[in-house]
Amino acid sequence: MNLFSEAAQFLTDPANWSGATGIPQRLLEHVGYSVLTMGIALAIAVPLGLWVGHTRRGGGMIVGLAGALRSLPTLGLLTLFTLLMGLGLMPPILALVLLAIPPILSGTYSGVAAVSPALVDAARSMGMTEGQVLTRVEIPVALPVILGGIRNAALQVLATVTIVAYINLGGLGRYLIDGLAVRDYARMLASVVLVAVLALAADAVLALVQRLVTSPGLRLAGDRP
Amino acid sequence: MTPSPSTQRTRVAHRVLRPAAWAAVTATAVFALTACGGGSDPLAENSGDAASGGSSDAVTVGSADFPESQVIAELYAGVLRDAGVTVETKPGIGAREAYVGAVKDGSVDVVPDYSGNLLLFADKDATAASAEDIMKALPSALEGQQLSVLDPSRAENKDALVVTQATAEKYGLTSIEDLSSVCGDLVMAGPPEFQERAYGVDGLKQKYDCSFKSFQPINDGGGPLTVQALTQDDAQVADIFTTTPAIQDQHLTVLEDPKNNFIAQQVLPLTAPDRLPQNAVDALNEFSTKLTTQDLIDLNRKVSGDQQQNPADAAKQWLSDHGYEKAS
Amino acid sequence: MNWLSNNWSTVLDLAGAHLIQSIVPVVVGLLISVPLARLATSRRWLRPVFVTGSSLLYTIPSLTLFVVLPLILGTGITSVVNVIVALTLYVIAILVRSCVDAFESLDRDVLQAATALGYKPVRRLFGVELPLAVPVMIAGLRVATVSNISMVSVGAVIGIQSLGTLFTDGLRRSIVSEIVVGIVATVLIAIVLDQLLRLLGHVLTRWQRTGTTTARERRRAGAARHASASGRDDRTGGGDPEGRDSVAGAPGGAGAVAAVEARGDRA
Repeated sequence: MNLFSEAAQFLTDPANWSGATGIPQRLLEHVGYSVLTMGIALAIAVPLGLWVGHTRRGGGMIVGLAGALRSLPTLGLLTLFTLLMGLGLMPPILALVLLAIPPILSGTYSGVAAVSPALVDAARSMGMTEGQVLTRVEIPVALPVILGGIRNAALQVLATVTIVAYINLGGLGRYLIDGLAVRDYARMLASVVLVAVLALAADAVLALVQRLVTSPGLRLAGDRP
Repeated sequence: MTPSPSTQRTRVAHRVLRPAAWAAVTATAVFALTACGGGSDPLAENSGDAASGGSSDAVTVGSADFPESQVIAELYAGVLRDAGVTVETKPGIGAREAYVGAVKDGSVDVVPDYSGNLLLFADKDATAASAEDIMKALPSALEGQQLSVLDPSRAENKDALVVTQATAEKYGLTSIEDLSSVCGDLVMAGPPEFQERAYGVDGLKQKYDCSFKSFQPINDGGGPLTVQALTQDDAQVADIFTTTPAIQDQHLTVLEDPKNNFIAQQVLPLTAPDRLPQNAVDALNEFSTKLTTQDLIDLNRKVSGDQQQNPADAAKQWLSDHGYEKAS
Repeated sequence: MNWLSNNWSTVLDLAGAHLIQSIVPVVVGLLISVPLARLATSRRWLRPVFVTGSSLLYTIPSLTLFVVLPLILGTGITSVVNVIVALTLYVIAILVRSCVDAFESLDRDVLQAATALGYKPVRRLFGVELPLAVPVMIAGLRVATVSNISMVSVGAVIGIQSLGTLFTDGLRRSIVSEIVVGIVATVLIAIVLDQLLRLLGHVLTRWQRTGTTTARERRRAGAARHASASGRDDRTGGGDPEGRDSVAGAPGGAGAVAAVEARGDRA
């Protein structure tokens, strides 16, 4: 199909691989926004999830909070924050942070809360402090679920960063929005391919990380009926 | 991954819903789900009337998905009602290709458009720039597509390069020609398509030898964010539509365009040949002699920012001020 | 909220369009997912194909699909069909997975008992398997519905009308309350539909709460599924009084998907 070859042309044109509007630069921006977003979201959601999971108090609140945040439309937040705070990096990033929090929060909380009480009691009876129970028992056991949440959040953020180009930021979404403005479908398609490849690559990396940090003991335990 | 033996489940096998009951529940659920959305579909085609022969007396007025187009569409609707035509409205259809498609397939009979951009849409290679040349070229460009236009109004809304008063004074700017020596120091803001349109970055370079330091794409159609970029000095020059109220409200300077880089954009009704009854055509042509650019600026002010009237209310006021007493 | 009182009808129209674009995909997606999932459980080699395929699908941004689909379907770029097809694909991605899990977790004894009672395969599917799969399916539906409602608004970026139009229009017109109304309406729709689905699940699984199993048995039954597929359903609220060690359900959403993925990798 003509369009696909045009998109391929766009992707292979050396002119599109350099400069401030080149693919490497846009890719860097895209990843940069995503990393910044994830950094902020992790700093908020992980401690909160750990605390609630460990104390097992306020679980209902976490569930409700995550559910409510999840139904917030990111485009709405993006436009609202931009209108209220003006142009700049932070309004779109904040909208993305709210998108990233629910998966991380519920992954962390449910991972820790699912650790068997018998295990926790055993750790306590061995004389571990609450902090030790959390860091030596609960977190290692819950890690696969926690990472699953983080991985999911990262994918959603990578995919959604595309729409920050709707305001005035960069990222791979720039090609989509700019292409749309002049009905250049080939460029839009190229943008789409780039984002999908980036998301798949990121997913593969995160899956690998998830596998590597899962304690071998846990892997065995996972197979129990 | 072996399923765990679940004792509870063995006890329920005889208590589960019977197939018929089950099917009924599913069907009801599916029906309920579909039905609750079905009542108020604004996208449902009510194309029957016009497409099937034009004998029906209802005229459907559509609009693009930005506020000014919606206001003008409401004006058209009021004018037609005043002339005794039954009117339906279909606001916010989308971008040009969407509403042009709607006019073609008969789901919409008339929609406001802008002469220059409409010409470029119909004929990519058109070179006409002045209002007269565009109106000469337009009918034949549209003819092949089963589209037509009525008389253009004096009201115009086109792209323009705009700077703040401070910038204008600092560099002594009144026209784009004055820019050429300082372009390289200035950041420009505008809608993303400005980077590629013939009148955009390339046009400025060719006609005025002006290449900006950088370009900031802002996707609000020359709206509040673009103005903000200008007033916050994130950008020094912006592409803003000439009917944007902020130009007057913020005392911005519109740079003259002696070389016609920005082509004329008169507001006019886009329709299809023989689609509208004669009294509707007459009423719209009469209306177009009355509408001015200042009207558009005032109406735009009413539908945005603090006043936030909806397009229909803003249009109503204009219509009653201009003697259209039977407009609603 | 002056803006809202002046624009009721617009908001209602857009909410209607929004509902259609989010609900039709859920219904269609459900009708497609159940047979697919059933197929994947009976033909084991299909399972990895579907499961991997669906998680790949989920990494594609919605805006991307809205743009690419017209090229494949031949529809106009601002056609609602694109949104509906795109979201149907997402629904399938979520539901096939939860349905496969649901069917796989069915107790063989139950199935054998049903067969012994003379249930033919089709009747067994509708009479036994589907009802038993309801809790997990409802949970998947809730995830799919809530995320759909949020995704539909993205279509406004390319000119497809929905509550998202209030965001793009509000931005252009610099009306904060218009955007706020859009956000609130979207969240309200999500909450209402989510609760309706919860209620539906509740009604369809009435039998489950009349069982005479002890809490301990029930916990054993549920724990394995809960721990891995946390939050896939929140029956813990009503069904499991001792839900301390099973995960209190985070209803649906990415958490569930995350958990499913976490498990999928270990499996």
